[in-house]
Amino acid sequence: MSLLASYLEHAINVFPSLLRGAVITIEVTTFAIFFGLILGTIAAFGKLSKRSVFKIPSTMYVDFIRGTPLFVQILLFYYGIPGLIIGITGDPFRIDPIIAGIAVCSINSGAYNAEIVRAGIKSVDRGQMEAARSLGMTEGQAMREVIMPQAVRLIIPPLGNEFIALLKDSSLLAVISVHELSKNGMLYVSKTFAAFPTYISVALVYFALTMGISRVLNYIERRLGVSDRSE
Amino acid sequence: MIEVNNLHKSFGSLKVLKGITEKVEESEVVCVIGPSGSGKSTFLRCLNLLETPTSGDIWIEGKKVTDPKVDINKIREEVGMVFQRFNLFPHMTALKNVAIAPMKVRGLPEKEAYDRAHDLLKKVGLEDKANVYPSSLSGGQQQRVAIARALAMRPKVMLFDEPTSALDPEMVGEVLNVMKDLAKEGMTMIVVTHEMGFAREVGDRVLFMDDGIIVEKGTPEEIFHNARNERTKSFLSKIL
Repeated sequence: MSLLASYLEHAINVFPSLLRGAVITIEVTTFAIFFGLILGTIAAFGKLSKRSVFKIPSTMYVDFIRGTPLFVQILLFYYGIPGLIIGITGDPFRIDPIIAGIAVCSINSGAYNAEIVRAGIKSVDRGQMEAARSLGMTEGQAMREVIMPQAVRLIIPPLGNEFIALLKDSSLLAVISVHELSKNGMLYVSKTFAAFPTYISVALVYFALTMGISRVLNYIERRLGVSDRSE
Repeated sequence: MIEVNNLHKSFGSLKVLKGITEKVEESEVVCVIGPSGSGKSTFLRCLNLLETPTSGDIWIEGKKVTDPKVDINKIREEVGMVFQRFNLFPHMTALKNVAIAPMKVRGLPEKEAYDRAHDLLKKVGLEDKANVYPSSLSGGQQQRVAIARALAMRPKVMLFDEPTSALDPEMVGEVLNVMKDLAKEGMTMIVVTHEMGFAREVGDRVLFMDDGIIVEKGTPEEIFHNARNERTKSFLSKIL
């Protein structure tokens, strides 16, 4: 009984700090989703492009990011790159951990988004592009009016999974002391050694957040799904 | 109207068109028949550059389509195309399918584009389906919308790529009737088809293609009753 009481007490004590952490987690994730989408869309079109100036860098970006762990990317970006800049210029150089965190998460998520967007565009029937072009539409018009509206419906569900993964993966930013949800939990544990009640609370807050995202995505999917029962 | 000179098209090492030379006059209805794999569809698709010819020249309305400097979008505005698999835009209503190109490509005001689309849907007998999405239309209805969509650009030529081949037999008639009306109005049409009845009744001329060349051409009467070439005869004997 006293164990449960002490666990509850810890959970209550850590809660304000976890909420503050959750705000950082949401902040980092939101920015990373935003920039990751932009990066991902650019890289997707780059990979689809026939011109190698666009295709090769996009492919290399996607392959490198997907072929290396996020954890290592975080270390490389936060410690490695400033170190390199100091080595070259000799001046002290530091990146704000939150900015670094947003940047790494955006770059990482962008690579995965690129594949999702590319696959979505690719899976729209070829005849759609032909029909649009045969009516005199430019490639851009055909993309905007015909291909993308259909691709978006295919892209949204896997993109949603990607956002959820991103939110969870942002916990790795604890390693560069971004005071997000997990880091705040770790700090509390290092003071109190109350690992179980703290980490179960941390887990539950993540769970609440991911459930929140899924709900929002389900809503969007339903809204977009109305007119599309294609073929 | 349309002039094709020594048109060749290869896909890799596969030669699909081996020198097509042909002229189509204004208001003419030319039906292209032949076995599958003979290059009929490729020939048609070269005319609006959905396929890039390997060599040879095409002129439409005096404009050289095969000139690398030509604005192909401008030419496609004048050349309507109807596909075997309709290729309607599934995320737009029938009406919007017809109205979209005039709005986006010709910059027609929305009201005018929708009025025009309404008229065209009426013309193909689908005015009551204006606000329906393609998925709720039958194949025949979808193809009629597709014809209306192509006509909305007021093209000077219409290309039909096996427009009835993907249809259930009972729907073939409704599509052919729309095409007949179009022919009567004087539309220049090139129709790749397996509908010999249509070719005979509506076609001014018939081209028989086999193995990448035009083997024989003539009036429907000449082709269907007095074919001289052995390949034409054997093809016709199999399908008639």
